Amino acid sequence: MTTASLSTAGSSKGSSAAASTASMDSGAAVPEAAEPLLSIRGLEKRFSLSGDFLEQLKFKGGKLVREQKHVHAINGVDLDIQRGEALCVVGESGCGKSTVARTVMGLIHPSAGEIRYDGERIDDRSTKELLPFRRRMQMIFQNPYASLNPRMTIQQTLEEPIRLHHPDWSPAQVKDKVAEVMNAVGIASDWGGRYGHEFSGGQRQRIAIARALAVDPEFIVADEPISALDVSIQAQVLNLLMEAQQQRNLTYLFITHDLAVVEHFGTRVAVMYLGRVCEVAPTATLFATPRHPYTQALMSAIPRLEDDRPQHIRLEGEVPTPVKLPSGCVFHGRCPHANARCRDEVPALIATDEGGQVACHGVEEGRI
Amino acid sequence: MTTTTPTVASSSTASRWERFRDSYLLYSFKRDLIAQLSLAVFIVMVACAVLAPWLAPMNPYDLAQIDILASELPPFWVDGSDPAYVMGTDAQGRDLLSTILYGLRVSLIIGFGAVAMQATLGVCFGLLAGYLGGRVDAFLMRLADIQLSFSTLMVAIVVGALFKAIFGGATFSAYAVPLLVLIIGLAEWPQYARTVRASVLAEKGKEYVDAARVMGLRSRRIMFRHILPNTLSPIFVISTVQVANAIISEAALSFLGLGMPETQPSLGSLIKSGFDYIQSGSWWITLIPGLVLVVLVLVINLLGDWLRDVLNPRLYKG
Repeated sequence: MTTASLSTAGSSKGSSAAASTASMDSGAAVPEAAEPLLSIRGLEKRFSLSGDFLEQLKFKGGKLVREQKHVHAINGVDLDIQRGEALCVVGESGCGKSTVARTVMGLIHPSAGEIRYDGERIDDRSTKELLPFRRRMQMIFQNPYASLNPRMTIQQTLEEPIRLHHPDWSPAQVKDKVAEVMNAVGIASDWGGRYGHEFSGGQRQRIAIARALAVDPEFIVADEPISALDVSIQAQVLNLLMEAQQQRNLTYLFITHDLAVVEHFGTRVAVMYLGRVCEVAPTATLFATPRHPYTQALMSAIPRLEDDRPQHIRLEGEVPTPVKLPSGCVFHGRCPHANARCRDEVPALIATDEGGQVACHGVEEGRI
Repeated sequence: MTTTTPTVASSSTASRWERFRDSYLLYSFKRDLIAQLSLAVFIVMVACAVLAPWLAPMNPYDLAQIDILASELPPFWVDGSDPAYVMGTDAQGRDLLSTILYGLRVSLIIGFGAVAMQATLGVCFGLLAGYLGGRVDAFLMRLADIQLSFSTLMVAIVVGALFKAIFGGATFSAYAVPLLVLIIGLAEWPQYARTVRASVLAEKGKEYVDAARVMGLRSRRIMFRHILPNTLSPIFVISTVQVANAIISEAALSFLGLGMPETQPSLGSLIKSGFDYIQSGSWWITLIPGLVLVVLVLVINLLGDWLRDVLNPRLYKG
């Protein structure tokens, strides 16, 4: 990718990020002029580990008690996604990135919190009520080998969403649209009669992108769309996504664990740890001056050719289990700056001078 | 960017027939003599059954063609046979060959009909249980457990006997075929429901199902259009075994007198009607339909075995 496009993207980042912090400060209830396309407030998702009712009954101390265990996949995520931006969500495995993506798309019902799309609440709607939103928001999945139905041809796969959302279109119109999206992703449109398994991983992911683009969405959730691909193919698919963003004015929620991709692709970055957002900032800011101790450790872990920063931050211990969340800040057990307040009080996201937000008592108090 | 070459596209866009020709299914069939023989025998038997009205020397349903004086004639290789009746005749003077051909037809109709019924019920319940999960799953699967805890024959005997008692023998005879299809179909649906449910659980976790949900498709379409086609191989495999089972069940019921009436005999009721005469030396009335039944069930089971080996990817894909 050219540096020119990156620098232009960088200049627009500042303004959109400033707008987002402004809307954050004024509270979610009052919509600002720059209303976010998607806004997530206090999102929580617990998955039960204890099976059905009978399996939850335990005999303890002579009494029958009902015991329930949960995995707290996400607990209290606040995020705003502005129109036209690519918000990257990063974090280690199991931190709840994918759960956020799937909850936004309505594949999982959240345990608490709300999701607003363009000002309208979407998390409590039925499949039928969500249908008008399905056309505006689409998803690209991680594994291109599993995301195409093996018994359907590419033509059938691509026609299905168009027929569903445009029942009044004639067969010729549907065919034209399929040919258009196939050409847009670089798959020859006369390959429609083939099945998914006849394509390579990169081609399949292109087809999956074409399926998402077929209904002309404005918002795309991409759940690690390139991590199952060869490194040589990753760049192609990433460029395809960026091209599509420019041509179709798309907004992305991009889930990844690859920081190099984030630097290349993201307008803003949200860093997640153990089901919470610990820092949101414009990409350049986050990479230059990470504020949250976890982000700092994460950034110092990126291997670089010009390694002039030998002070690699080593985190002690391991990620706590999401079954039994630590009190206070989820990161306090491994944070070199943690104090008594961090152990008791859950930090909220506060705006920083650089246009980002960070959830850390140390930053708030000026200790870090 | 990958550049797409049209030559590759045109050469590998295979038609259905070409895909079948290159498939592992056909390859393994060509190398399996038992499967070929079984299929040949099965096709011959089905053809004979379908073409019975044209192949059979007489119509055993037509009372005018039956000559009671020609009863209990032995087959052609036994002394005292009549060349007009190749396989001999039964106690009522019906040509045994014709009766077997017609009986084969009845047996096959009941076998396939019952399996169609089982499959419809079982696939629907299995899809619902697997896809919706939760309480629907628990309810349907407990229902299946209850159903399985009764043996097919017991259910069939109770229902058949009740029907006979309430509506009388004549009504029973008139509706014997649909009733047997219904009874055997209802008794065996859990086999399908369990198999389908297991496959659905495996398929449900795959991303193409999520993609279909994100698209906004309704559950019914996702179940039947997306998941069902991917669970067909195990359905095919158990279908062959179930056809054989249904035919056996029908024969057993007929033998007990709760199946097909003597006037429109199936293989089972032929065996039964001949059984009364086996002591008096007329062994062929029971033995020949019995052999036909054994061969029919055997070839279906052999075909099912072969199909199971072929469609089980763990056996050949490693």
